[in-house]
Amino acid sequence: MDTLNNILTYLGLGFVLLGSIFLFLGALGIYRMPDLYNRLQAGTKASTLGAMSVVLGVGLMQPSWMIKLIVIILFIGISNPLSSHALARASYRRGIRPFFKKKIDAYEQEVEREKQQRKKNQIKVEKVKEVAD
Amino acid sequence: MNIIIYISIVLISIGSFLAFMRFVKGPTAADRAIALDTLSVIGIAGLVLLGYLFKRYIYIDLALVYAVLGFIGIIVIARYIEKAL
Repeated sequence: MDTLNNILTYLGLGFVLLGSIFLFLGALGIYRMPDLYNRLQAGTKASTLGAMSVVLGVGLMQPSWMIKLIVIILFIGISNPLSSHALARASYRRGIRPFFKKKIDAYEQEVEREKQQRKKNQIKVEKVKEVAD
Repeated sequence: MNIIIYISIVLISIGSFLAFMRFVKGPTAADRAIALDTLSVIGIAGLVLLGYLFKRYIYIDLALVYAVLGFIGIIVIARYIEKAL
């Protein structure tokens, strides 16, 4: 029983160290990257892995806390990609473009098409209003 | 044994300082929102680690509530950036 506890403790310490290194690298990426989308990539991926690893390590060191820690891990794994996706979509639609030019930008065409569709719909609504008047 | 946890806490604090520098500098509002998101994730990990160090169970509940509130805040900020609320 004692050796099992020791093994779990050392495993947990390794996870905590690994996770904190990943958190540090993610924050360094947030500070150093040249562009909004690069920053989003570095920040979200590295910090999600780091936070999950730190929480799992604490759970291995203290097994009676494991249930709530697993809930935290699941919540981080669901919510962090969602929030970064929402931020990227919002900033693209706001008009912030990537720093390096790309040859093909499929999402831009889609945004343009949606804008034109909205304009057509507005014109239709105005025509219907005129007829009704 | 505890020295590794101290090293981890130092790394996490340097990381939160770097993210805070981006929060101060960031040219656009979306940059600041990203830095805030990373800061909240770093804060969750730090709370759990401090809870283990002080042997207090209530820090875990605190981390859970902070995770939920940070997620809702980021979604609201993203909606605000996309169009008006």
